[in-house]
Amino acid sequence: MAKINVSVIKQRVRRRFRVKDETRNFYNGAFIDLGELVMFTGKVMTQMFQPPFEFREFVKHGFLLGNKSLALVIVTGFIMGLVLTMQMNPVLVDFGAQTLLPGIIAVSMVRELGPVITGLICAGKLSSGIAAEVAAMAVTEQIDAMEVSGTRPLSFVVATRVLATTLVVPVLVIFADAFSMLGAYLAVNIFEDTSITLFIHRSFSMLGFVDLLPATLKTVLFGFFIGLIGSYKGYTAGKGTESVGKAANSAVVAASLTIFVIDLVFVLITSIL
Amino acid sequence: MDNMSPTVSDEVIAVKNVYKSFGDNHILRGINLTLHKGENLGIVGKSGIGKSVLTKCIVRLIEPDAGEIIVLGTDVLECDNSQLNELRKKVGYLFQGGALYDSMSVRENLFFPVRRTRFTDKKHDTEELIEQSLRSVGLLDAIDKMPSELSGGMKKRIALARTLILKPEIILYDEPTTGLDAVTSGEISELILKIREEYDTAAIIITHDMKCAKIATDSIQVMQEGVFTVTGTYDELSRHEDESIRDYFI
Repeated sequence: MAKINVSVIKQRVRRRFRVKDETRNFYNGAFIDLGELVMFTGKVMTQMFQPPFEFREFVKHGFLLGNKSLALVIVTGFIMGLVLTMQMNPVLVDFGAQTLLPGIIAVSMVRELGPVITGLICAGKLSSGIAAEVAAMAVTEQIDAMEVSGTRPLSFVVATRVLATTLVVPVLVIFADAFSMLGAYLAVNIFEDTSITLFIHRSFSMLGFVDLLPATLKTVLFGFFIGLIGSYKGYTAGKGTESVGKAANSAVVAASLTIFVIDLVFVLITSIL
Repeated sequence: MDNMSPTVSDEVIAVKNVYKSFGDNHILRGINLTLHKGENLGIVGKSGIGKSVLTKCIVRLIEPDAGEIIVLGTDVLECDNSQLNELRKKVGYLFQGGALYDSMSVRENLFFPVRRTRFTDKKHDTEELIEQSLRSVGLLDAIDKMPSELSGGMKKRIALARTLILKPEIILYDEPTTGLDAVTSGEISELILKIREEYDTAAIIITHDMKCAKIATDSIQVMQEGVFTVTGTYDELSRHEDESIRDYFI
C-alpha cells in the first residue's frame, strides 16, 4: 500500500482553493472577492485582540480621519436640513400640517438621511483614502517588510484603521444630524418666526428611542465596513502605482454599495420589529 | 567557506523541488537550493526569471505550488501563523527598494520590529540595539531623519539596520546594490561581508551587480528557466566554458 504523504495532500488542498488567478472571471469575481473579504475580516478580528495593542496608532487615525471629514459632513448636513425643510414646507402648508415639519425633518435625518449621506461621504473620502494609503504601503513593499519581520501588519495597519472608522463615523453622523437640524431651524424661520425652544420641542416630539438605536447601530456598522473595505482593497492591491488608484476607486464603489445594503437590512429588520 | 566542507547539520535553508506558477507562467520548475551556516550564496539570472519569487517563497510571502522548504530545521510550508512569525524573526529580508516605513523616522523604523515582536521590553536595551544596528551600517547620525530625507544608499543601509536589529541568523538580500553608484555599491558589498563577521549570519544575495557578487559571495548559483543550472565561485563561473554563463559575469 502506498504511503500517504500528508505534506503533499496539504499542498494539493492549498492549490485547490487558490482560485484567485486561475478561475476568476466576470461572473464569479464578486463571490471570490466576498469570500476573500470574509477571510480577511476573520484574520483582522483575530489580530485585533492580540497584544501589543496599538492605542496611539488608533488615536492618530481616529483624529486624522475624523478631522479630515468633519467640515464636509457639517456643511452637507446643514445644507440637507435647509433644503429638505424648504422643499417640504409648501407641501405641509397645503395640508395645514406645518407644525409637524421639525419632527418630520428630525425623523428623516436621524433615521435615514443623516447616516446614509454621512456614510456615503465617508465611503468616498475615508475608504478611498485608506485604500490608497494601504495600497501605497503594499506597492512599496512596506507591508511585506512588516510581514517578514513577524510584526503582524494586519493588527498595526488594518485593525487600527478599522477601529478608528468604527468610532469616527457614528460621531460624524451625530454632527451631520445636529447641523441638519440647525439648517432646518433656519429654513423654518424663513417662512415663519419660530423660537428655538419650540423648534426643539417639536423636533423631539416625534423622535423616540426606537429611532435612535437602529440608526446608531447601523452607523457603527457603516464605519466598520468603510475601514475594512478600504483596508482590504489597499492590502490586496496589485503591483505598480496604477493599482493604488484602482484600489481607491474600487473601495469607494464597494463601500458605497455596502452602505446601501446595510441600510436596507436595518430598515427591513426595524420594519419587522 | 572555501576550506570548509559543509554538512547536512550545517544547513540553514534547504529548498527541495519547489514549483511556482502564476497562471500559465511557470516561474520555478522544481528548484533546489541549500544554504549552509555562515555561507554567503549569490543568485544571478535574468530579470523576471524568479529569483525574488524564490526568496519570497522561503519566507512564505509567496506560497509555492509544491515542494519543501526547510528553514533552520522548520518546514516553512507546514508552519501555522505563530510558528511562521517566530521563524521570520530569525530571517532578515532586505527588499530591493529598502521598504522603509515612510511615516516613521529612522529611529521609529528600527524601534518598530523590536516593539511589535517584543524582542526586548527594556527601554535601555532597545536604545542600545537601535544604536548598535545603526553603528553597524555606519549611519548613527541619521537616527532622527525621515526616510524622505535619505539617499538611495542610505535607505538601503537603514533597511539593513532594521533587518539586523532582530539579530537574524539568515539574511536574504534582494538586489542590495540596485540603483546605486559604483562607490556606494562597493560599500554595501563590503558591508554585507562585515555583517556576516559581526552577526554570524548566512545569506542569500540576489544580484545583477557582478562587483557585489565577487566581493560578497562565497559561491554563486545561476538561475535559468526556473532552475539552477550552474554553481561555482565567481572566478570559476567567470571562466565557464558555456558562453551564456560567462555573459553574466562580464
